[in-house]
Amino acid sequence: MAGTGPLSEDGLIRLLDHHGNRIPDATYDPYVAHLTMDDLRGYWRDMTLTRAFDLEATSLQRQGELGLWVPALGQEAAQIGSARATRDPDHIFPSYREHGVLWVKGVDLPQTMGMWRGMEHSSWDPRAHGVHTYTLVIGAHALHAVGYAQALDWDGHVASGNPDNDAAVVCYFGDGATSQGDVNESLVFAAVNNAPVVFFIQNNQFAISEPTTRQSKVPLAQRAQGVGIPGVRVDGNDVVAVHAVTQWALEHARSGAGPVLVEALTYRMGAHTTSDDPTRYRASADEQYWQERDPIARLETFLREAGELSQEFEDGVRAEAKDLGRRTREAVKGWQRGPVLSMFDHVYAEPHALVQEERAWYSRYESSFTDGGVK
Amino acid sequence: MTTTTTSTMTLGGAINAGLRAALERDPKVVLMGEDIGQLGGVFRVTDGLWKDFGDQRVIDTPLAESGIVGTAIGMAMRGYRPVLEIQFDGFIFPAFNQITTQLAKLHYRTQGRIEVPVVIRVPFAGGIGAVEHHSESIEALFAHTAGLRLVSPATPSDAYDLIQQAIASPDPVLFLEPKARYWDKGEVDTQRVATQLAAADGASVATAEMSKARIAAPGTDVTLLAYGPSVRVALQSAQIAAEDGVSVEVIDLRSISPFDMDTVLESVSRTGRAVVVHEAPTAFGTGAELAARISEKAFYHLHAPVLRVGGFHMPYPGAKFEHDYLPTVDRILDAVDRVMAQ
Repeated sequence: MAGTGPLSEDGLIRLLDHHGNRIPDATYDPYVAHLTMDDLRGYWRDMTLTRAFDLEATSLQRQGELGLWVPALGQEAAQIGSARATRDPDHIFPSYREHGVLWVKGVDLPQTMGMWRGMEHSSWDPRAHGVHTYTLVIGAHALHAVGYAQALDWDGHVASGNPDNDAAVVCYFGDGATSQGDVNESLVFAAVNNAPVVFFIQNNQFAISEPTTRQSKVPLAQRAQGVGIPGVRVDGNDVVAVHAVTQWALEHARSGAGPVLVEALTYRMGAHTTSDDPTRYRASADEQYWQERDPIARLETFLREAGELSQEFEDGVRAEAKDLGRRTREAVKGWQRGPVLSMFDHVYAEPHALVQEERAWYSRYESSFTDGGVK
Repeated sequence: MTTTTTSTMTLGGAINAGLRAALERDPKVVLMGEDIGQLGGVFRVTDGLWKDFGDQRVIDTPLAESGIVGTAIGMAMRGYRPVLEIQFDGFIFPAFNQITTQLAKLHYRTQGRIEVPVVIRVPFAGGIGAVEHHSESIEALFAHTAGLRLVSPATPSDAYDLIQQAIASPDPVLFLEPKARYWDKGEVDTQRVATQLAAADGASVATAEMSKARIAAPGTDVTLLAYGPSVRVALQSAQIAAEDGVSVEVIDLRSISPFDMDTVLESVSRTGRAVVVHEAPTAFGTGAELAARISEKAFYHLHAPVLRVGGFHMPYPGAKFEHDYLPTVDRILDAVDRVMAQ
């Protein structure tokens, strides 16, 4: 982990080391000064439940119940720490692995499985939860985030004089996405428009099989310099530091000071997706190194050593995790496909002659079978 | 307003007037593009709008087409109605991904929860002696993508109405401006679309109205199907055919997605002959789609195969060749002769 490349620890903000020790930081401590032990226990619960859901989904895919699953294993601190810094008027544009972010924003995780089971596309209302649908076309949503942020500004949600009214956008993407044209255009558009966006890179070190060294010669946060915005590197497995940095970045954006690029250095402990096989491209020694830096274990150690994780609380969360897994399994297995003609819905907002014609034809075709056809 | 509402405009001027009316009608309408502000666009279609509406409503963007479309999508999510200018047809391709995977599909992908009423204006097609990448007919690439609507005006009147209807529609619309016709003049009724859009269901009515074809010239022997820049050539062909005693009906499709097949099939059922004219290469094109659908729906009315007159399967050639590449009156009349011989 030495050197100056994209995986170096150069400039990494860290408030909790992997032994669970609190490291003082004059710049970022003020941004977590408000956190209570209850908050930290809450983050531990968030991460534990996210992981339980994630592992259940991986099992369901292995059992043939899901077409695909994208594990967030190992990235819980990056997701929970950042999402917990957002609040209601803020809006989030996730990539497709941000299950922890969805959890924080109140999306019922079992109900997100329809997409992965092939029952429907996105399953939640982006407006109701302040979080956009997943985007599988890498980096495409970064531009939407910038446009949304510009509109927040136009609507008087930036530096309005009323901090509760001020808002910003958080846009999540990975290390691979930083090579995309759309992500680079997003940085340009956000910078010249001073748009209130926090670009949050989860550098999990792999774009499927390609290490971050195939995307960049420098730490990804340095990309910010080229467009003239602040870039910050944070230990993505340290939920406290992630929270502090995101809190700072959001306040910066909401105050009208413009966009920020945050790079959270983390590690994808699992596969890219359930179709992937990491044993083909990475060493078990590396996996072991990062196992020792597990984001949940780190906070757990801190809380335990501080005497702040009671058996009762832990048991309660474990029971919740079990229940979430059960609900996820039941939701997946019990999911009924909608009526076949519903696949013609929502192609357009207003009637379109061709869609109407094809729908009518398929309806006639289906009903021509003596058994009434597929339902 | 009950005063005179008809005036003479060029096609480009009618789009400008339509944009101005939309900006005045709806504070959520914003124009974005390269050089559309102080310069007024390279074809001056947005001339004067920056001066009157300011740089919050008429926005010069960085030079990145994907960025223009992508940020517009985000703005639309917050209720804005961005109207984008892609400077030339041949420069839309950096935005192809945003248009086809995001703009076209978001309403479907979010189960109707998000509408993206973005209009993309594109000066398209050839005939102006331009250098490469400045004369392309891109419609088939986008008409193939569900979720998008495509319209193309052939007259100042339609330009004025269609641009405002496209902006009012809750669906994303590609608005294809026949750049060789920007200077064509015609009468424009400025009241009709204003009345339409003032109604409670104005957006629905506008969307339905902009999806309708128009009979540009009635006839009984052959149906010529055209849109955008090809309508004028089709009308000229019809006049010359009439001198030879052949009655040609010209249909200005106006909308490419969807096609107004009711109007097309009604006409072809009467004439029994159809020729499609467009500048785009004929292979895998909109004419192929029309020919297929006419043969599926009106086969027993046909006296002759449906013919296509259009560009060839090649990149748009150098300007000195475009007269041979584009559908001319002679090539259209040749096709008319061939269907009449059957």
